[in-house]
Amino acid sequence: MSTLQPPAAAAPRPAPHRARRDRRSWTGWGFLGPFVAVFALVFLAPIAYSVYLSLFRDQLIGGTTFVGLDNYTQALKDDRFWAALGRVSLFLAVQVPIMLGIALLVALALDSGRLYGRDFFRISIFLPYAVPAVVATLMWGFMYGTRFGLVGDINSAFGVSLPDPLSPDLVLASIGNIVTWEFVGYNMLIFYSALRVIPHSLYEAAQIDGAGQIRVITAIKLPAIRGALVIATIFSIIGSFQLFNEPNILQPLAPNAITTDYTPNFYTYSLSFNGQQHNHSATVAIVMGLITMVIAYVVQLRGMRKGV
Amino acid sequence: MHKHSRRLLRGIGLVCALALGATACGSDDGGSSRKAVSQEDIQAALKEGGTLTVWAWEPTLKQVAADFEKKHPGVKVNLVNAGTNADQYTALQNAISAKKGVPDVAQIEYYAMGQYALTEQLTDLKGFGADKLSGTFSPGPWNGVKAGGDGVYALPMDSGPMALFYNEKVFDEYDIEVPTTWAEYLDAARELRKADPKAYITADAGDAGFATSMLWQAGSRPYTVDGTKVKVDFSDQGAKTFTDTWQKLIDEKLLAPVTNWTDDWYKGLGDGTIATLVTGAWMPANLASGVKDAAGDWRVAPLPQWTAGAQASAENGGSALALPELGRNEALAYAFVEYANAGDGVQTRLDNGAFPATTADLRSTEFQDTAFPYFGGQKANKIFAESAANVADDWSYLPYQVYANSIFNDTVGKAYVSDTTLSEGLRSWQEASVKYGTEQGFTVEK
Repeated sequence: MSTLQPPAAAAPRPAPHRARRDRRSWTGWGFLGPFVAVFALVFLAPIAYSVYLSLFRDQLIGGTTFVGLDNYTQALKDDRFWAALGRVSLFLAVQVPIMLGIALLVALALDSGRLYGRDFFRISIFLPYAVPAVVATLMWGFMYGTRFGLVGDINSAFGVSLPDPLSPDLVLASIGNIVTWEFVGYNMLIFYSALRVIPHSLYEAAQIDGAGQIRVITAIKLPAIRGALVIATIFSIIGSFQLFNEPNILQPLAPNAITTDYTPNFYTYSLSFNGQQHNHSATVAIVMGLITMVIAYVVQLRGMRKGV
Repeated sequence: MHKHSRRLLRGIGLVCALALGATACGSDDGGSSRKAVSQEDIQAALKEGGTLTVWAWEPTLKQVAADFEKKHPGVKVNLVNAGTNADQYTALQNAISAKKGVPDVAQIEYYAMGQYALTEQLTDLKGFGADKLSGTFSPGPWNGVKAGGDGVYALPMDSGPMALFYNEKVFDEYDIEVPTTWAEYLDAARELRKADPKAYITADAGDAGFATSMLWQAGSRPYTVDGTKVKVDFSDQGAKTFTDTWQKLIDEKLLAPVTNWTDDWYKGLGDGTIATLVTGAWMPANLASGVKDAAGDWRVAPLPQWTAGAQASAENGGSALALPELGRNEALAYAFVEYANAGDGVQTRLDNGAFPATTADLRSTEFQDTAFPYFGGQKANKIFAESAANVADDWSYLPYQVYANSIFNDTVGKAYVSDTTLSEGLRSWQEASVKYGTEQGFTVEK
């Protein structure tokens, strides 16, 4: 805050001026205070506490001991953690492009102004996002049922036998379907609002130059919303790595397909709540947080560089 | 007793816990001293009154608590449903770790008792004179509350001697004999499948409680517990007996791949596509409330045997009321537990459909002659009581069975959905259990 002034110039100042400056700096803290307090309480404290937890080991026999970085070596050598990370990475590589692709298509279609009932489409595509993830997953879980669910009904109505969406081979794709359904509307809205702020003069210029719709999209619309694309991608990466609700809620329906280490977050949950391994759990959470941060940051750097 | 899926609540709980970092890790403070509380102390506490917090999900306790309050006007019983089954254990473990909000009385199932007893998180009730009640309860549950040690860590509330529940309508329709051995059970499964391709003999998608009970009946003793020395071994003859038959049921796709307590499961029990149910004696009330459509169709038969003519049985589920070490009002808490599980409360709970753990009630003619309208007037308690008497009392669970059960589907569950065999699945369950035990400081013999 005070770096605006060269330090050497501060010494010979007259007293009244200094008093004013002091008051000013306190005013700043006054504004910042409430935020800093809440930020420290709900953001920094849990992280600090997790780091603290990750340095100890609490055993049923033997109690708590300080183990330094042992938990980290253990976490990095933990096959179950890497398997979980592999699973969400696959999810990220397949589901995120599909979801963002659909969202972009829908946003462009809405923005083209050629759609009849645009507002209706916009709200109905956004609506799934307003359904809580837990409710959405319960609903889809019911539809996926091969005996009495929608899949089961289709099977008996048409005499076919669709593969079980909750079998070990398909359950990740089924979760991807739920997440796509939930978040297409949300991403569409990000893209759509970015599209709306493009100045009309650009389109008029393009029209005068004789550019077609496709050319307008590739030359004007996409470059203009690149920032929004990067943001949506980063959100989706974080969302994929934090996948938890869907596997957690589907697990009772597919207990053998969705293991307790299905996603990194689900794994930390199981470690902590089933196994009382709070320390190991905190370590895995920190490692996962760092990995997520690195990947999100790399994507942001690359995305922004292209933007310039 | 039984598990309802409370995943939703769990999810919310997790979010809160993650956000606030609410899981604390407290250091142990021993507390192994055995308290001596006499009958006079208990009477004095009852006279003085006070408030008791009881964590339990067993529905019949509600009436018991009301009666207890009426009998002792100064006492207020706060009955809290802190979740069913493993969800409650999570809450309880967290409360104990945080040393805050620990209930005075907690419902704990027999399979989970060891974890709390071993770490001295439960008050040893010997000091209250509970060891004198050993003859009051049937051997399986009594063994359960001792948790492999010499203390008495809870008083048994109910028990789950196993029996075969079967849909008589389905068996009559296809003219299938009710099996008395597991070999006949396998044949019945094949016959039923041939008669109706949509019907299954039973539903089993991998359930730790069921599998351990089946092993128990088959004579397998996979867990040996001696204080902090633990052994896990699924390679004995009993385990082989079970896996040989059950593997055939899996391989020939004779088991409905339906998880217990799901909508599909209830529907299957109702429409005859799930023809039998091998479970504990606490099931009737659940059938009556969850599968109303099939009232009158179901009957109860003794548990099928591994050798014809034998009478082996096992417990499935069942729970006790314990006093957490960090709870307050111990004398009052004990008075309530004794009232509910060994006193007048027992009859109240029986009237509301619970299954007793007390020998006197199991043997009473009034109990045995109770006709179940749901089972077409059958006096099913006779079968349950006989099963209770035949339970082998030398079974023990791991001191960390709650965790072990939570990874059952990760390991043994594979046998239900892939080429992994049941015995391979049990082996990886064993390995994972050994690994966890070692990490937790147990001396684990391999």
